[in-house]
Amino acid sequence: MEEAIVRAACALGAGLCMGIGAIGPAIGEGNAVGKALEGMARQPESTSNLRTNMLVGCAVAETTGIYSLVIALLLMFAFK
Amino acid sequence: MNITGPKIYFTIPIFGGLNVTQSLVTSFVATVLICLAAILLGRGLKKRPGKAQVLTEKAVGVITNLVSEAMGPHNVRWAPFIATIFLSSLCGTLLGMTGVLRSSTADLSTTMPWALVISAICWYESIKTNGFLGWLKGFTEPIAIMTPMNIVSEIAQPVSLAFRHFGNIAGGGVITAMLYWALSGASVGILRAIASSVVVVSAVLALAGAAMLFLLKIKNGKVRLAVRFVGAVSLGLGALGLLDKLCGALDFAYPELSTGAYGALAGLSFVVILAGLVLMLWGKKPWFLPVGAVAFGLGLLCLILISHGPEQVPLLTLGIPGVLSLYFDVFSGVIQAFVFSLLSMIYIAGACPGPEA
Repeated sequence: MEEAIVRAACALGAGLCMGIGAIGPAIGEGNAVGKALEGMARQPESTSNLRTNMLVGCAVAETTGIYSLVIALLLMFAFK
Repeated sequence: MNITGPKIYFTIPIFGGLNVTQSLVTSFVATVLICLAAILLGRGLKKRPGKAQVLTEKAVGVITNLVSEAMGPHNVRWAPFIATIFLSSLCGTLLGMTGVLRSSTADLSTTMPWALVISAICWYESIKTNGFLGWLKGFTEPIAIMTPMNIVSEIAQPVSLAFRHFGNIAGGGVITAMLYWALSGASVGILRAIASSVVVVSAVLALAGAAMLFLLKIKNGKVRLAVRFVGAVSLGLGALGLLDKLCGALDFAYPELSTGAYGALAGLSFVVILAGLVLMLWGKKPWFLPVGAVAFGLGLLCLILISHGPEQVPLLTLGIPGVLSLYFDVFSGVIQAFVFSLLSMIYIAGACPGPEA
């Protein structure tokens, strides 16, 4: 019984963690890509530079999402 | 579902036991491959370069340019190190696609040491430039109250670098494994559903026959092709169901064949079915149609026989996860390798300011 509760809580927690944790990076990456596209449309000659920096920015913005992914994986596979 | 961490092959009994894991093996294979490529490509350089030498020079030039752009021209000496990090990460990730090895970067014990090496380089460089006391003083900038924040950010830097790379690759692997699990369930279900209903089978067959009859009058090439395709698919599904019924009645079983043999047979019959379809739909000569139809039918029969073996081969899993894995392994692997090396460039460049700074 107790084990079942723990497993259920782990599954719930993993889902919540991933779902809520994905909101921030999604907004952040959307902002980054949108602004980069605006810049590219305004100055097409700076496209390559903008793309490189956008990718790095996206990766940094994604970090919190990856943290929640790691926590979700831990909950699902390490604590059951 | 089969989701595990890297398996331990064996343990070397020194220093309290060193575990030789899948990640370690993959890392070594990647190292050997990179060394071999470097030795082979760097040998026998000529003034009049061949194809391989031109490509190699181009690649080296691209990396040197990237490093000098991102870190400043005085830091070009770091280009070999950055290239090594990039290639190790890329090879380690892509080797996971071979199916034999597991991606070495889907393991924190691979990415964490890389991040720690980069942190150590940063500390060494800034101690070399500013002196030990100057380095310590750097933590109190811009004001003394910021010291705890600076220390935390110094610790967070390697942690975020390592976890980002590990999480991306491992997450891709988990999602591919989940899809594989779901598809194998779905394929068993769909085949059963087709086989369990004679009504559905006959309806599908009738549909196929109608389509086949209908397509004889169509002039437009694209529409004819589409209708023929639909007809062939529905004919195939109907035949699949009928054959499944037939096999169930005859109760085929080959317990002496292993799962691997079944998988190979399934792949072979897929190829035969595809060849039959191509012959049927795009063949120019009149005898192509019957030959294609026979090949198609034979392939389907083989598939049905296989799916009735002792260990059912999940037919739907043969192609679909490959597309997803292509995204996660190739695209995400390249992007993560690039991001990892770019961020390490930025960190190291921060520790080695130029002569003008």
